[in-house]
Amino acid sequence: MTALAWLIPAALVLGGLGLGAFLWALNSGQFDDLDGAAWRALDDVQPEDRRNAQPPAKAATDTPTGPLRPE
Amino acid sequence: MAEALSLENAPRVGRRSTPATEPVPATSQATLIVENMHCGGCMRKVEAALSALPDVVSARTNLSARRVTVSVRGAEPPVAKFVDVLRDAGFKAAELAADSRLVMQSAERDLLRRTAVAGFAAANVMLLSVSVWAADPGDMADGMRLLFHWLSALIALPAIAYAGQPFFRSAAQALSVRRLNMDVPISLGVVLASVMSLFQTIKGTEQVYFDAAITLLFFLLIGRFLDQRMRARAAGAAANLVGLQSITATIVTDDGSLERQPARLLKPGAKVLVAAGERVAVDGKIVSGSGAIDEALITGESLPRAVAPGAQVFAGSVNLGASLTVEATATDQNTLLSEIGRLMEAAEQSRGTYVRLADRAAAIYAPAVHILGLVTFLGWLAVGQHWEAALTAAIAVLIITCPCALALAVPAVQIAASSRLFSKGVLVKAADGLERLADVDTVVFDKTGTLTAGEPRLVRTTADHELLAEAASLAASSRHPYARALVRAARDRGLDVTVRDAVTETAGAGLEWTSLAGVTRLGSAQWCGAVEPSHGDLSASLWYRDAGGRLTGFAFEDAVKPGARDVIDRLQRSGYKVEIVSGDRTEAVARVAEELGVTTWRGQTSPADKIERLEQLKSDGRKVLMVGDGLNDAPALAAAHASLSPATAADISQVTADAVFQGERLDAVVETIAVSQRARRMALQNFGIALAYNAVFVPMAMAGIVTPLIAAIAMSASSIAVTANAVRLRGRKLAMVQR
Repeated sequence: MTALAWLIPAALVLGGLGLGAFLWALNSGQFDDLDGAAWRALDDVQPEDRRNAQPPAKAATDTPTGPLRPE
Repeated sequence: MAEALSLENAPRVGRRSTPATEPVPATSQATLIVENMHCGGCMRKVEAALSALPDVVSARTNLSARRVTVSVRGAEPPVAKFVDVLRDAGFKAAELAADSRLVMQSAERDLLRRTAVAGFAAANVMLLSVSVWAADPGDMADGMRLLFHWLSALIALPAIAYAGQPFFRSAAQALSVRRLNMDVPISLGVVLASVMSLFQTIKGTEQVYFDAAITLLFFLLIGRFLDQRMRARAAGAAANLVGLQSITATIVTDDGSLERQPARLLKPGAKVLVAAGERVAVDGKIVSGSGAIDEALITGESLPRAVAPGAQVFAGSVNLGASLTVEATATDQNTLLSEIGRLMEAAEQSRGTYVRLADRAAAIYAPAVHILGLVTFLGWLAVGQHWEAALTAAIAVLIITCPCALALAVPAVQIAASSRLFSKGVLVKAADGLERLADVDTVVFDKTGTLTAGEPRLVRTTADHELLAEAASLAASSRHPYARALVRAARDRGLDVTVRDAVTETAGAGLEWTSLAGVTRLGSAQWCGAVEPSHGDLSASLWYRDAGGRLTGFAFEDAVKPGARDVIDRLQRSGYKVEIVSGDRTEAVARVAEELGVTTWRGQTSPADKIERLEQLKSDGRKVLMVGDGLNDAPALAAAHASLSPATAADISQVTADAVFQGERLDAVVETIAVSQRARRMALQNFGIALAYNAVFVPMAMAGIVTPLIAAIAMSASSIAVTANAVRLRGRKLAMVQR
């Protein structure tokens, strides 16, 4: 019986920790962009490098400001 | 041109400022829509481009929503600079005017939070329940069982109180207006189960249903969360489409200098400069400049309209000629817009309330359940049982008919259907849109911009290939729609088009190129000197005068979208009535109708005429799907039984339509109809599954042989069956129902 007296509270506490962690992750917005998070995991760029990075060269875009094909 | 952004009057929507407290500088945020981000590389480019700007503290993209949130030092984020920097990086961006996403996001998070709590509670209660069920009678001491029941109560009751709130609130709301919706039986079942289980725990018996109640809530919350998320994604994508269309306008200030401002900030009296090829940003009157404008998006008319100072122009029309200066006028001075507003209001009122399938089921289900409970109670009393046992049996009936399958029947199918359509580029916005789409038996199309590409195409010329290539080579230097159409026509014929150097373009007139052979011109009839009938067909829109002085005319028409004929054929073969109702001239509509094989069509219709035709069809008992893009289609979109609009549609039409489809082709129309019909069939199948399950277990409950274990198994099995059935919606090729 002492086993149960330990085990049940242990189960509840551990489960509670899991729930707390999930709610914290939810509140800090980690579930807002799941697609983006998947790609970020593969990103090599360090934060400092990103801040100092030069913007990419002007892309040769053929986007006329013409009216009928807003592409 | 001075690129100053003046935003003194900008509403603070979508921006947040932190108050300045020394020495920390104030930061503010702006959110932009970025159109073509689709992978990690794009995200990195966008963030790098924005982070490299001075004063930018952070730039974080959201790939699912296609947005980026930029934090800057200072009170005013320079949004125009962000848009320019992103354009240089190859991304089309626009400021997000109103962040309705925040509201939907917090609703999503709220549901997920409640689901997590319900899940935690369900798992722990199940841990205890399984132990109780697994024990042979006599194996588990009464005291132990009582302890487990109390623990279950302590875990389950707070969790039910928290997780059940969305259902309780919705049920209370429905009851307060004396209606029944699906949440009423759910709430009743959960509350009764909890209360009875608590009493039984206090008394120390075996009939405890905490696990059933909390697991029910867990399943239903998952369904509700997924539904909300799907809806939010579609709404967010639709808002992005509308936001990307909003443009910046060039204002002529009092001292004559030019300034760029977002179009939505313009006030009446502002003078806007509209360059050649640019879209007019405001409704107004021309104060200087003359030429021609294309009003296809407003009235459906595909031929340009000549304008001069004093003429009225509408936002969304395209300036085909020389630069115009337009003075913005207040909305209520425009008869077209006020008429459209009035018609839309009338249409929305007359549409009436569509009762959703699930709510219709609830209206039958809830009374049936209560009657069965009452019958059980009275029956047991009649047989001579104790009132407590009778009550227990009655409540068991109410719990076992738990609407788990019923409440998941429709959401599960809707989620599967919406996500399938989303992956095909169709954004379903209205919650009951899918259900109404399943009813349709008639499809009414608008012409310009819906069936046609909204782009001119070369249809008639006396030029031979050599001359065409020559003219196209000259035309390649211009962005005018006719010039581009000429180049396309030449390229389509496999001709070699070489861009000439040193071509001069005179706005509103044409192009000129001087070579050793002489001067060649391409442009309006006047520019090329085509004034007499002997010069050629004077209805041609574009003329070419070669070095020798010979004149050739080119006539253009609006081209039908690729695959449109196929879509119309499929619809007609499946027995759907297809009509074209357009604001364009009768000859143009006749030509397109003939090309597409449509026999019932009408041209030169005003917005009111379109509604009248829809009313006629409605009184014939037909359920109409309206597909349109222009401002003049918006009232018809509101009045039809269901509506679709392409992503290139005017803002107001996109917002009014039940679903928006992206891409060039009209296949989306057929796919949407087929998916919504299949979804309806599956929802009914799911109701059948729920009914079957009830038919098995309700008699058992009435007889009093349903234990908590049986209740839990029954509920899980029915939920899984219903969800698995809904998942069948993805993947298979669907065909429309034969009418």
